Amino acid sequence: MEFLLEPLAYEFFRHGLLAALLVGSLCGVIGVYIILRSMSYVGHGLSHAAFGGAVVGFTLNLNFYAGAGAMGLLAALLINRITRNGRIKPDAAIGIVTTAMFALGVAIISQVRTFSQSFEAALFGNILGITGEDLLVIGLVTISTMIMIFFMYRPLLFSTFDNEAAQVFGIRTEAVQLIFSCLLTLSIIASMNVVGVTMIAATLITPAATARILTDSFSRMLIYSLIIGGITGITGIYLSYIFNAASGATIVLFGASLFCLALFASLVRKKLTMHTHLHRHGNLVHSHLHDHVHEHKHDAQHHEPR
Amino acid sequence: MNSAISLNDVTAGYEHNIVFTRLSLEIPVGRFAGIVGPTGCGKTTLLKTILGMQPIFSGDVLLHGHPLDKVRRKSIGYVPQLGSIDWAFPVTVEEVIMMGLYTGKRVLPWPSKGERERVQDLAHRLGIYEILRHHIVNTSGGQRQRAFLARALINSPELLVLDEPTSGVDIKTQHEVLHLLGDINDEGVTILLTTHDLNAVASHLPWVICFNNGVVAQGEPCDIFTNEILTRTYGGDIVIVRHEGHFLIANSRPLHVMVDQP
Repeated sequence: MEFLLEPLAYEFFRHGLLAALLVGSLCGVIGVYIILRSMSYVGHGLSHAAFGGAVVGFTLNLNFYAGAGAMGLLAALLINRITRNGRIKPDAAIGIVTTAMFALGVAIISQVRTFSQSFEAALFGNILGITGEDLLVIGLVTISTMIMIFFMYRPLLFSTFDNEAAQVFGIRTEAVQLIFSCLLTLSIIASMNVVGVTMIAATLITPAATARILTDSFSRMLIYSLIIGGITGITGIYLSYIFNAASGATIVLFGASLFCLALFASLVRKKLTMHTHLHRHGNLVHSHLHDHVHEHKHDAQHHEPR
Repeated sequence: MNSAISLNDVTAGYEHNIVFTRLSLEIPVGRFAGIVGPTGCGKTTLLKTILGMQPIFSGDVLLHGHPLDKVRRKSIGYVPQLGSIDWAFPVTVEEVIMMGLYTGKRVLPWPSKGERERVQDLAHRLGIYEILRHHIVNTSGGQRQRAFLARALINSPELLVLDEPTSGVDIKTQHEVLHLLGDINDEGVTILLTTHDLNAVASHLPWVICFNNGVVAQGEPCDIFTNEILTRTYGGDIVIVRHEGHFLIANSRPLHVMVDQP
């Protein structure tokens, strides 16, 4: 237990731990919508755009979050606008807009080499970089995003599942998409110093993908992903401290390990279910894997009185 | 007679592809009508225009006498083509039906007791109560169609619009779905659907609209399903066999022959 308590004596670690818990939970919830809306590439792109914005902001003597936030939101709006008429697909728009913004940041850094060190935390994540201001931003973004997701649960779910029908039923799907893009951008900016630009996409996607393996229910997937994200954040920070490695990398690696574990457990469960299934039905050969509907039908037939 | 749907001189389509020009069409209240026509003739565009999902270049669309932006959305039920649905999405049949209530005033994520009862009552009526807790992927084509129909009916709409409700299901399910729609129409709901299945239309629908970038003809199937009209609609030779008031419609080159049993 001592190895768990010992790092808590340091303020920077307590800051890092709290930030990782909040960021992990936040990314866990947002990630559910990202993977179900097939927007994984958006998360990756927006983090790069935000990085470019942070660099531009720095050169203009602006706050880190002001530059990153302005550029991230601008990127989200531009992507929405470019893809609206359907001629340019989202992956192409994301590639153009966000890579150009990232390139702008890289170009500025290469010109003004003196401050390149300051952005290492934003690129790779570093618990030492978590300040009181970072914690405040992360806390505000997490609380406001959770509140928005809670009250927008219904329109978000409907438009994610069947956007066309949601529109016919009266849901303002474009507004829902825009609000979600803004929440995603804010979440990415809040997470940048904890996990780093290069790791954010995985932090967003992995807990949700793990939760998807564990459940077929949307509401449960949201809760599981939130919990998995939080646990991943806390454990990742401890591993970062113990192995003196970048926090983003340890969070992502631990998240990926949980995903592999869930995948393995799911395969084993499927095998066991198939085994039980075949055992119960003797020589009956089934062409499907575990399927509740068919199983119930077969059970009903099997137990019919002769 | 009051019109449920009224299109007046409507021109609609896409930026470089006008699908139909100066189209006028009236669907009276209480009608059960099917739109038939070849692939790419604009059936889905017509439905989207009626539902306000497709911008129009000129003309106007009225639903129950009101322009689309003034129409109470709950008065319209819509069942999309099920081919576009992601069946791996983590939702149960109950959650799918519940989505029909997501435009109401309630903002809390979980359903109220009343909402749950409404879903259960409708599921009972449509014969899918037993599968309410099943994940959507673990249901048959007919059950999926009923689940989406339940979602469209949950607000007791006056107008029900369905895009290809008979595609991708076997002939028995087709019969069941169309029979169910007939029962719903008997309760006073105006129904407009698109389909490729002429034999199903001939045996189940009282009104048919032949469409090919415009209305070619409309009327009762016995008047409309003639060689001349179907050839004008599909642009190829269609064979129609009439026997004791029943139809058999097939391509003259018998690649896809479908027989119905009304």
